[in-house]
Amino acid sequence: MHARAARRVLPGFPLALGYTLVYLSLIVLIPLGAVFLKTATLGGEQFWAMVSAPRVMASYRISFGLSLLAALINAVFGLIFAWVLVRYRFPGKRIVDALVDLPFALPTAVAGIALTAIYSGNGWLGQWLEPLGLKVAFTPLGILVALTFIGLPFVVRTVQPVLEDLDTELEEAAASLGADRWQTFWRVVLPVLTPALLTGFALAFARAVGEYGSVIFIAGNVPMVSEITPLLIITKLEQYDYAGATAIAVVMLVASFALLFLINGLQAWTSRRHGSI
Amino acid sequence: MKGVLIAVALSFFSLFLLLPLVTVFAEALRKGWAVYLAALVEPDALFAIYLTLLVTAIAVPLNLIFGVTAAWTIAKFDFRGKQLLTTLIDLPFSVSPVIVGLMYVLIFGAQGWFGPWLMEHGVRIVFAVPGLVLATVFVTFPFVARELIPLMQAQGKEEEEAAVVLGASGWRTFWHVTLPNIKWGLIYGVVLCNARAMGEFGAVSVVSGHIRGQTNTLPLHVEILYNEYQFAAAFAVASLLALLALLTLVVKSWVEWRGR
Repeated sequence: MHARAARRVLPGFPLALGYTLVYLSLIVLIPLGAVFLKTATLGGEQFWAMVSAPRVMASYRISFGLSLLAALINAVFGLIFAWVLVRYRFPGKRIVDALVDLPFALPTAVAGIALTAIYSGNGWLGQWLEPLGLKVAFTPLGILVALTFIGLPFVVRTVQPVLEDLDTELEEAAASLGADRWQTFWRVVLPVLTPALLTGFALAFARAVGEYGSVIFIAGNVPMVSEITPLLIITKLEQYDYAGATAIAVVMLVASFALLFLINGLQAWTSRRHGSI
Repeated sequence: MKGVLIAVALSFFSLFLLLPLVTVFAEALRKGWAVYLAALVEPDALFAIYLTLLVTAIAVPLNLIFGVTAAWTIAKFDFRGKQLLTTLIDLPFSVSPVIVGLMYVLIFGAQGWFGPWLMEHGVRIVFAVPGLVLATVFVTFPFVARELIPLMQAQGKEEEEAAVVLGASGWRTFWHVTLPNIKWGLIYGVVLCNARAMGEFGAVSVVSGHIRGQTNTLPLHVEILYNEYQFAAAFAVASLLALLALLTLVVKSWVEWRGR
């Protein structure tokens, strides 16, 4: 007792830890456990049949495929965006910088109906794109637009601080040694940014896979074509197919947790790299 | 090169961020101010505003207390499993909102584990306000904690230890030493938590049942109006949420600026 008291000057540890653990368990761990427990009542074969049905497989391809594509778009444009915000001065920069977080702050349903209004046949952009044969709203392309919208801040906000800390001396040294701008970028800047860029990419991907609100309005939600996995879970729930909904949810949870694990690793790598600069 | 990159970034910005924001307000006012205001003062809309404020007023303080407690535990003490605890606190961010709703239906729904028992005792959780609160608490769970943990870890515990050694009680130390130090991080976390709580759609949608005047929050009201082709009204209500988002960004930028 004396030894412990000597080690911990500050009071409140047992109470604070206890409260943290109880609240975490009640709100997060037990409800999540319920999903896995529910699935455990299914046989292996039954579970497999539910999660590998053609309509479900198609939804994985749509959700994961388009999320990957959206995260790639965000990685490219997010990097350019972060670069421009850190390295250049232009009028309105502070407002642009603040608005990068709009997809975090804007409720997903609002983003969903706004994007649909823009890209539908009589919308501001839709009316010009559709005569060109480019249908965006109510097609997989619409899903891609929505997923790109919600993923952008993840890449910008993970790359930006690393870029801010990056000393321009490194690039000046490369340039003075005869490297051209591209060589400097590929050989000097990009390797330093890689961990942060990958983290942002993975965060954007993880968010996109589970996204629901901004997608369902613009997706069209046609089974096998433009039906995302989260929507399929809701459809099953509305048909009282609790087991089916839960089985698909478990597949998504396992994928999300694998991604979380990967992101944690990437973040550790980023901070190690970041610290060594 | 500079000009090209700025042009690319600003085009992307206008297309993906500015245009949706402008659209919300343009569509909301398309049929004039009278229609706009009528959509906001109509009873179902007023109820949705009330319910959103109610749910937020319960969820945010709960997660605020948790966030401060968890950050105090993790930043000021050494114990085994700290890294795991930090990761678990972030867990809700990687769960799809739809799955959050599903969890509570499995536990408290009519066919769920406690469903029959709850029904016998006349308690409704799913398709009622408690379900909305639970779903909102889950999705906003990490916001305050994840802002405070790195901040308090960076600040260390010397100041608090000094206060305690000089005879201050635990509470006094917290109010007079810790709280002033974490003020900006705390505001930042609460603002983000609040924005998500008011705007949450997917998780709340699953547990709500969409009963007008009973379980309809603002984002759900937007969906109902939109699906009924009342576009101007849907965007009018959506514009309230967009204003909230803009306000959130203003406070966030201000806090970042003050915190530096």
